[in-house]
Amino acid sequence: MMSKAGKLSKALAYIIAFIVFCFYIFPFILIVINSFKSNGEILTNPFALPESWRFSHFKEVFVRMNFPVTFKNSLIITVFSTLLILLFSSMAAYHLVRKPTKYNKIFFSILVASMVIPFQSLMIPLIHIYGAKFRLIHQMPIPLLIGFYIGFGSSLSIFIFHGFIKSIPYEIEEAARIDGCNTLQTYFFVVLPLLKPITVTVAVINILWIWNDYLLPSLVLNTESVFTMPIKMKVFFGTYMNDWELLIPAILITILPIYIFYFLCQKYVISGVIQGSIK
Amino acid sequence: MVNRKRKILDWGNSILFLGPTTFFFVITVIIPFIYGIYLTFHSMSTPTDPLVFSGVENYVQAINDTRFWESLWITIKFVFATTILINIVGFCLAYLVTLVIERAKVQNFLRSAYFTPNLIGGLVLGFIWQFVFVQILPAIGDFTGIKWLELGWLGDPVMAFWALVIVTVWQQSGYMMIIFIAGLISIPKDLMEAATIDGAGPLKRLRYVILPLMVPSFVVTIFLSLRNAFMIYDLNLSLTDGGPYNSTLMATMHVVNKAFIEYDYGTGQAEAIVLFIIVAVITGLQVYFSKKKEIEA
Repeated sequence: MMSKAGKLSKALAYIIAFIVFCFYIFPFILIVINSFKSNGEILTNPFALPESWRFSHFKEVFVRMNFPVTFKNSLIITVFSTLLILLFSSMAAYHLVRKPTKYNKIFFSILVASMVIPFQSLMIPLIHIYGAKFRLIHQMPIPLLIGFYIGFGSSLSIFIFHGFIKSIPYEIEEAARIDGCNTLQTYFFVVLPLLKPITVTVAVINILWIWNDYLLPSLVLNTESVFTMPIKMKVFFGTYMNDWELLIPAILITILPIYIFYFLCQKYVISGVIQGSIK
Repeated sequence: MVNRKRKILDWGNSILFLGPTTFFFVITVIIPFIYGIYLTFHSMSTPTDPLVFSGVENYVQAINDTRFWESLWITIKFVFATTILINIVGFCLAYLVTLVIERAKVQNFLRSAYFTPNLIGGLVLGFIWQFVFVQILPAIGDFTGIKWLELGWLGDPVMAFWALVIVTVWQQSGYMMIIFIAGLISIPKDLMEAATIDGAGPLKRLRYVILPLMVPSFVVTIFLSLRNAFMIYDLNLSLTDGGPYNSTLMATMHVVNKAFIEYDYGTGQAEAIVLFIIVAVITGLQVYFSKKKEIEA
């Protein structure tokens, strides 16, 4: 049985946890309730529920943000970049763990060290090479951007996979080898299934980063038809300064897809990220 | 013969497994990085200009650029404040939802909720909090009569800086919490029980058992928060845009403005390299010293 003091401190812990909970979700709640209101309602009382649940602002924002195209661009870039990062990084990490030659060790150190390079020290040369010299920015912006994401994402992803694969005993693979699997088959049929929890972690980290990224895409994507959600949001905010009845629904439809993604696979996200960082 | 075949197979495997990553890593990080250093010794104002060798001119310009050093000083203060606060808040959250609250359902619910700020990227985050600072806080101030809430946070140099710190801590503490939870879970149960039997209260357990075992987690979280703070740009742009009067203009934003608004690519690139050296030295020292601590603990 718990003592009285123990019970009291438990109750206190729950109260603190609840206050923190409110603090962590209140901006989201405010965005939801205010996206159905008019400017007048927002200014007089931002906390009140809307007088009537109006969808007219959503329709307007939907059209003005060119939502179907913008959303599609963000989706294509995020999905392809993430899938390719997962495949290439896990393969590279596997090779680096199982073949720790001198060159591989050096390569791994360079990858890890590159994580401290600020994007700002690469952006001018990137523009110089791919914008001015090869003009790829004008010819194929989206594939180029996906390629950049694979390049920038691989160091952290390989680092996380590397730590996890180290903990997988080699004996598991040996059995497959004896059965006549080559390296590629061993990787796909034996190693890859074991990587499931860590793959979730790496996927989440990359999806959140790529979906929300602003500076890199704003340099590569220069025409309206290839804009992603954050770029469009930036333009929108500049155009409708202080017009909160349009800005707030725009914020909501920008963040909603990622919230839906999170709630659909929330179970895997948190436990996957926790499991992934234990190893 | 067999040996040669073996060697070819080894090479084939290396290319197959490492090739794609190496290719993309080299074309996006290695080549631009080296080329970027080469560029700092040339003068150019736009990317299409022909390169003219100019020696260390760009570095001289960077050293004489007082606005750059001011922005670096603001960045250092920001890094200091956010790194400390993110780690304290993140650890407390992890402690709360792992060791204090023990009902699994409540734990999972709170962990998921505390993580949600990470779903929103820096740019949109800044817009949301602009709404909070411009509309919500003054409304609360009006309602309760609390004077300092009524003032516009983003119009005051000191408050705007702290607004950036608050939003950054609010966002990243949930992420660090996850790393701390992983650390807390892997502390052996019997170690905690032994300490309790020996008469150690919660505070003593925290000081002598938990914290020493959490050093590896802190190495990671401090590294990540240092790095994130140095590289902040999106949030800075959308929440304060460097204002008021450049009081929250961080080094990364200064570099972007130098290159793309003032059209001074050479100086901008030289300043970006200076920034890289600072980040590399500070994070390098941090990892070196905390790894040492890890071995002692």
